[in-house]
Amino acid sequence: MNQIAAIAVHAFKESVREKVLYNLVIFAFLMIGAGLVLGSVSVGINDVALVNLGLSAISVFGLFIAIFIGISLVWKEMERRTLYNVLSKPVARAEFILGKFLGLVLTLVVNTAIMTVGFYAVLWFEKGRLGAADLAPLEAVYFILLQLTLVVGVALLFSAISSPALSAVFTLSLYVIGNLLGDLRALGEQSGAALRALLRGLTLVLPDFAALSDIAPAARGELVPGSQIVSHSLYAALYIAALLSATIVIFERKDLR
Amino acid sequence: MLVLALAGSVALRIRLERESTRAEVTPVMYVTSGATLRRLSLGHQGLLADLYWTRAVQYFGRQKLSGTGDYRDLGRLLRISTELDPHLLIAYRFGAIFLAENPPAGAGRPDEALALLRRGIAANPSYWRLWQDLGFIYYWDLKNYPQAASALEAGSRQPGADLWMKTLAASVAAQGGELATSRLLWFQVYSQAGNESIRQSAREHLAAIKTAEDMAQLNKLLVEFGQREGRPASSIDDLVRAGMLPGRPADPSGVPYEVGNDGKAALGPGSRVDLQMAR
Amino acid sequence: MWAVEITGLTKDYRLGFWSRKRKRALDHLSLAVERGEVFGLLGPNGAGKTTLLKLLLRLIFPTAGSATMLGRPLNDVRVHARIGYLPENPHLYDHLTAAEFLNYAGWLCGLNTVTRRDRGHQLLEQVGLAESAGVPLRRFSKGMVQRLGIAQALVNDPELIFLDEPMSGLDPLGRRQVRDLILNLRRRGKTVFFSTHILPDAEMLCDRVAILHRGRLQGMGKLREILDSSVESIELVLQDPAAQALEALAPFALASVRTGDRVRLELAPNSDLDAVLAAAIRAGAHIASLNPVKVSLEDYFLARIEGSGSPATHGQADRRGAERE
Repeated sequence: MNQIAAIAVHAFKESVREKVLYNLVIFAFLMIGAGLVLGSVSVGINDVALVNLGLSAISVFGLFIAIFIGISLVWKEMERRTLYNVLSKPVARAEFILGKFLGLVLTLVVNTAIMTVGFYAVLWFEKGRLGAADLAPLEAVYFILLQLTLVVGVALLFSAISSPALSAVFTLSLYVIGNLLGDLRALGEQSGAALRALLRGLTLVLPDFAALSDIAPAARGELVPGSQIVSHSLYAALYIAALLSATIVIFERKDLR
Repeated sequence: MLVLALAGSVALRIRLERESTRAEVTPVMYVTSGATLRRLSLGHQGLLADLYWTRAVQYFGRQKLSGTGDYRDLGRLLRISTELDPHLLIAYRFGAIFLAENPPAGAGRPDEALALLRRGIAANPSYWRLWQDLGFIYYWDLKNYPQAASALEAGSRQPGADLWMKTLAASVAAQGGELATSRLLWFQVYSQAGNESIRQSAREHLAAIKTAEDMAQLNKLLVEFGQREGRPASSIDDLVRAGMLPGRPADPSGVPYEVGNDGKAALGPGSRVDLQMAR
Repeated sequence: MWAVEITGLTKDYRLGFWSRKRKRALDHLSLAVERGEVFGLLGPNGAGKTTLLKLLLRLIFPTAGSATMLGRPLNDVRVHARIGYLPENPHLYDHLTAAEFLNYAGWLCGLNTVTRRDRGHQLLEQVGLAESAGVPLRRFSKGMVQRLGIAQALVNDPELIFLDEPMSGLDPLGRRQVRDLILNLRRRGKTVFFSTHILPDAEMLCDRVAILHRGRLQGMGKLREILDSSVESIELVLQDPAAQALEALAPFALASVRTGDRVRLELAPNSDLDAVLAAAIRAGAHIASLNPVKVSLEDYFLARIEGSGSPATHGQADRRGAERE
């Protein structure tokens, strides 16, 4: 347990000292600010546009951060053999993976929190005051975080297997496909029995990112029902557990360079 | 990563700026399927809907300014916006009014307006104002009073509907086409208008309706004068001198009415009222 | 109980992803290290020394064979709490300072905050990096990295320490410091296992050595025995001897060399030294020195390496050095 905490804190410190993170966060703020502009050149969508643009910015830049640090952090350890320092100590390989994962999630949470604060600052600036209805974006942020932790899990898995460039491509591809599962399913409906079964199987096994997307409803001020929050959180937790288990299994017997 | 993010945000800004300064009449739209766009947006369809809606608004503004009366892409832009976000209510409402309005104020396509509103109602069945807009188009642009009445009636049954919906439904059923009914409808539009464009349009319609009512009233007086004096009035002053009017009435644009060559009430020179807008 | 016991440890590597050919990096290695001794693993580059250490530290997995450390099997990661490891060319985290790095290492060993801090100070002092505690590691020289590597290997005050090329990258002062450090560890009862291809270091430090070449054990034994059993000849140096003295000693000498006013005589190792000395004194020669000439560790090493066609030895002391004579 102690060792997991040590690795998590170390991973967090390491990513916080990554300069790219700051650039991405700054761009996120720029985009959130652009939400004010969008509302002013349009009609009747001031708040909606701000929330849409703000949440989309947090989501997109969060995605970049998740993929970037998710892949580079583990790959760097292996490539630069700093991993020797860790695994020669009383640290199980599973503990290493879990520690890294938690450290990355912590980084994501902190980054997202910072961007969310900025978002609410702009929203407050635009609306003058905030009310209970403005909690809806917070729920959307929670779902964005769930998506991002899933992405980190996927990135970790791939980086235990392949090079960073390939891992980035695979992770991004999985994210895109995960958003299009509905279409995949529809494609299956129109195909022969074998293909339909295959596609149905795939849509059940692949991560359902679309289900975790809440930006548009949040912009309308719609709150997600509590039961849905619970069920989706559970799905994310289970899927992440599966990803981490797979990563650990692969990593357990891997010869280090 | 940096370059990507920078390029993305810069592209967004350029696009927004380009929308407001572009002079060409027909914007080229590479992707015309809302469903495809929705797929490509990966969860950001709300933002994309907002962007397309903004494009629609700016397109309309530009075309209106140019005075050509060419709004051929308006329908498509509105359709895409609402396909991306079926709950973008302002797109349905705005779209309905300006799609249905006759050129040069609008696209003159009440059929497209109806289609848009029907889709809006399908996605937002309990939003009563869409029924109101539907009723309005049937009444005003299609002169289909029975359909208008039933739309208004359906709307009046939705949660949160204003009480006048029921009354209006009844009026339309009974006296569709009457100026008084029209005035009621346009007054609703005026008082609910969320933006100046719509409010201005409603103001013009109300002015035209008032003028039509005034002129009908004046015509009645002119007939009375003719019967009483045995000769047609040559000017409004005749009516004033006959004590039928307290003074020379003016139309809503401030120009006094006159008597036309056909002996009926007419607009004075320089009047800014467009009588076409009364029907 | 052995500190380290290795039995038939074998490691094969696949050449390329699709290839079925294998390279054998370690071939049925068996050896044992006693508690409290300094054990040297010698071998040329590519012999498999680092492979062995990586296997023991569970950084890679054996194809066959087994080993125990401090009585625990290889898959017991918890025993690492009592073990220290300095990898060859240690790689450190650029973004940390020296103190932060030691703190992390200590934390990974399960030390509490206070112990980590104190131990960190102490170790940095010991390896001569006290002034660089706050310097980010990306600015460390090779020598500094090596010292810090040693420090992190000792952060948990381990009973068993593995050092892979500990002297690499160090200047003479640094090497002396590391030598003293190893001797100090031995004095404190620790077991030190270090691998090197620099023989003089081993000669100076080790109790026992093993020689590894092409993945096979080529020789092993107590250093003293190896060196003692390989006395090649005895050297007698005379100061300005008279011609008759040389004649008197000629029957004993295998060779003689004159350098300036000194003559060096090479005598057979089993010479009757009493007789020689008596003859020299009778002849009135001045004896400058009398010393056995031993085979150096280097000679022993090279002999083992060149004879690498022979099968690996199993078991403990190797008397081949003596057999040569």
